Amino acid sequence: MLAPMLAMTPLSVTISRARLTYGGTLLFSDLTLELPAGRTTCLLGPSGVGKTTLLRILAGLAEPEPPTQVVTGDGLPLAGRIAYMAQQDLLLPWLTVLDNVLLGDRLRHRRPDPARVEQARALLDRVGLAGRERDRPAALSGGQRQRVALARTLMEDKPLVLMDEPFSALDAITRLRLQETAAETLAGRTVLMVTHDPLEALRIGDRLHVMTGRPAAMGPALEPLGPVPRRVDDPGLLAHQAELLRRLAE
Amino acid sequence: MKALLRAVVTLLVLVAAWQALVWATGLPRYLLPSPLAVADAMQRQAPLLLTHGLTTLSEILIGLVAGVALGGVSALLLARFRTARRWLMPLLLVSQAIPVFALAPLLVLWLGYGMASKIAMAVLVIYFPVTTALFDGLRRTDPGWLDLARTMGASPAAILWSIRLPAALPAFWSGVRVAAAVAPIGAVIGEWVGSSSGLGYLMLHANARMQIDLLFAAVLVLGLFAVTLYAAVDALARRALPWQPDTQPAEDANP
Repeated sequence: MLAPMLAMTPLSVTISRARLTYGGTLLFSDLTLELPAGRTTCLLGPSGVGKTTLLRILAGLAEPEPPTQVVTGDGLPLAGRIAYMAQQDLLLPWLTVLDNVLLGDRLRHRRPDPARVEQARALLDRVGLAGRERDRPAALSGGQRQRVALARTLMEDKPLVLMDEPFSALDAITRLRLQETAAETLAGRTVLMVTHDPLEALRIGDRLHVMTGRPAAMGPALEPLGPVPRRVDDPGLLAHQAELLRRLAE
Repeated sequence: MKALLRAVVTLLVLVAAWQALVWATGLPRYLLPSPLAVADAMQRQAPLLLTHGLTTLSEILIGLVAGVALGGVSALLLARFRTARRWLMPLLLVSQAIPVFALAPLLVLWLGYGMASKIAMAVLVIYFPVTTALFDGLRRTDPGWLDLARTMGASPAAILWSIRLPAALPAFWSGVRVAAAVAPIGAVIGEWVGSSSGLGYLMLHANARMQIDLLFAAVLVLGLFAVTLYAAVDALARRALPWQPDTQPAEDANP
């Protein structure tokens, strides 16, 4: 159903020799993070370790400190080829759900043609919000709002999807459901997800990195087995969770 | 409906107190006319009040529209262009530091005794609250929205138009409400300084001829204009912002 959406070949991205100082303190230097094409990479770590800054550098929202380098698989710049999803849904309260999904087109002065509108409707249906197109965001629950944000992210249809703790403001059950929807809809894309929830990373991540220490170091990739979204009661997943918590606590 | 009833009751009590004061103290008519005398003057002088009222109302409305438009455009320019901020901001502040009263005679000298000088006066008092309200609103956009727009490849103009401006509209309408409340002041000050018609002119004239009942009637008409104007702007603001939640405690609205 979603196959025609994935028109481009997946893109691999590497950020290398990354360096970040904040208020005179060195947060990390010579850090490398690889995002393999078509896989979901999860970045875990305690607050303030600099994982969000790494994501913002990739998103073009933060200036990289020299000698930080961002290299793409096809050698072209990353600007204009990312979709961004934050912890807050960032829905515009004066627009309908449908117009929020089509926000990118509006901001790029592109008249939403019927094909795009149809695509937006299909995406809303895909995230379980069919029939809510004309509602304003205020009429939706927190989980539903974040589903709209997911649909808006997918509507952008960009090679790299950057998610900054996208589900951390939701209650546990809503979060589990959204993780499933996200894993299904993002399959086959290159995704970087920053999270502080080991279970979330284990459920939907192909590769998991733990970033700890000061200056921070990037831990080796943990690659859980099995297709995503993994079941919460998967014994392998629970064993990995203990391992991740141990690494986070280091 | 209940709210209206309460307002009417309050008004009646005040008027009764006023009448009682006049009876009890026996103040002469040229110091404090009784409500009945004012009502009588209102009825006798209705055509006069209507003519002068129309003049003042036109001045207020034209001044309000022009002032809001000018203030809105200024705020957008200030928000969009750094050069505009650097050159116009000081001017804006200085313009507000000069009391409008002081400028009134000058405006009459330059623009004459007609409506133009009064409209200019109304625009002057409206301009600042509207400009600062909208400009403040434009500066306080949720940074998350701006981040999102930037990752979507939006130009600064598109961000201003599609995100910052709609987000600033509640602040803008607060400014317009203030403008609606002060616009009559601007127009009447202009009329006091020099005019040949309008409610301000009528008040001065009645005052000089000890027609205090007529003066009161003119004030009443002006008050009626101000309240109606404010209510209209308030209703317009609510219509324009259906997505803006009113977080006033519900018991206020519906006891």
